[in-house]
Amino acid sequence: MNNFQYSRAQDVADAVRQSAADSSARFIAGGTNLVDLMKYDVERPARLIDISHLPLRTVEETPDGGLRIGALVPNSDLAWHSHVKDRYPLLSSAILAGASTQLRNMASTGGNLLQRTRCLYFYDVATPCNKRKPGSGCSAIGGINRMNAILGTSDACIATHPSDMCVALTALDAAVHVTGPHGARTIPMTDFHRLPGDTPERDTNLGTDEIVTAVELPAHGFRTNYTYLKIRDRLSYAFALVSVAAALEIDNGTIRQARLALGGVAHKPWRDPEAEAILTGQPIAKDTFAKAAQIILRDAKGYGHNDFKIDLARRSIMRALNQAAQGTPQSQSDKRIA
Amino acid sequence: MADSHAPAASGVASDGASSSIGKISVALLVNGARRQLEIAPWTTLLDALRDRLHLTGTKKGCDHGQCGACTVLLNGRPINACLTLVVMHEGAEVTTVEGLAGDGNLHPVQQAFIDHDAFQCGYCTSGQICSAVGLIREGRAKTRDDIRETMSGNICRCGAYPNIVAAIEEAMKAT
Repeated sequence: MNNFQYSRAQDVADAVRQSAADSSARFIAGGTNLVDLMKYDVERPARLIDISHLPLRTVEETPDGGLRIGALVPNSDLAWHSHVKDRYPLLSSAILAGASTQLRNMASTGGNLLQRTRCLYFYDVATPCNKRKPGSGCSAIGGINRMNAILGTSDACIATHPSDMCVALTALDAAVHVTGPHGARTIPMTDFHRLPGDTPERDTNLGTDEIVTAVELPAHGFRTNYTYLKIRDRLSYAFALVSVAAALEIDNGTIRQARLALGGVAHKPWRDPEAEAILTGQPIAKDTFAKAAQIILRDAKGYGHNDFKIDLARRSIMRALNQAAQGTPQSQSDKRIA
Repeated sequence: MADSHAPAASGVASDGASSSIGKISVALLVNGARRQLEIAPWTTLLDALRDRLHLTGTKKGCDHGQCGACTVLLNGRPINACLTLVVMHEGAEVTTVEGLAGDGNLHPVQQAFIDHDAFQCGYCTSGQICSAVGLIREGRAKTRDDIRETMSGNICRCGAYPNIVAAIEEAMKAT
């Protein structure tokens, strides 16, 4: 790890000021990803601005029946929060599907949004990587790419976003509150993360010197018909090969509203309005689920080692939609898949 | 930018290129005792515990948060000591494996690990025990599946998992 200067932000405005004054500075909150990246020399900040003491640790109900989650709420606290468990069990389940107890105890809500890809080449500073070093090339294309993306890729980058929490937030139509030198604004979760295009070094649409202050959930939590199904190389504590957040609103056997988001397959949590539209107004049936899977995966492309993900995703989507429809969400401790 | 933002800074400046990088004074409550450290900001809690406070019960395995050997309790909750910086924890309470036993008696989790032969080489054991103490304190795990899932951040390359789970099950009943 490189030597760096350390300072504490006194409040959000001070954090923004300190960041604007030093372009090589990084905010640190839970540190679970940033400290690791620093140990690999992927990140070499000249200064760390400690935001972990800012008063962004509350979970509050909003006037319109939603929930506002402070950016520093630890992942564990959020997953086990009584409102989240009761009203947004999809979010609770997704968080508990990710990382380990120790990491969830440290990792913050905002930091989870901003975590970097776990692409092998992004971490290996001896290899070219356009995300780490723009213009150097992509080693994953033609390299070891079992974990890499099948949707929304570019010639510059096939990295995936590694979060589970973000997949649920995307399905639930969450919004991200941010503050920067030009004031506060709100970014819909679906627009927060980016596709790599020819600027894969940018993971998100967060502006320079902007800081995430909260994540807001709308009132509708899909508490009855939901599931988070995560498929990975070992049963716990591994990043997703494919994950599916499915949430349905069902009335007399007919799907009135559907949400479907995929993790582990793209540079951002992947949603497709057409796939959700094809489910709407339809009966609960295998054929309906198959159509939705076909649509959301219609542009999927494998890169060799990850070709299997296309069929794995199709099967996982159908399984997850059935779990959601039956009201039998995937348990995150009993690993049998119903 | 003034340096008033750094906690009890001694020699730390934060005004850019002309400043030097110095050590910072941090007080921790480690296993019940107040410990004052003058420490460089890039020092992890793991390195401080082992190299500065000579509490070598906490192990360095992967040093990347992947194995759990460095698990300690920070304000009562299990964390990876390798992935957090000491300077961020002024006033925090840290419990390592050395702080679990009291008055000549092993902690019930320690005793259960011995009774169930829950280790071979022992390198992961202090991390396993700290995680198990946190698991029992939180009280959410009810079944063997819950225990296995809650403990999945602690890797045992000897493969003592069945006995580790059995030890934790017994300690859960006893506490």
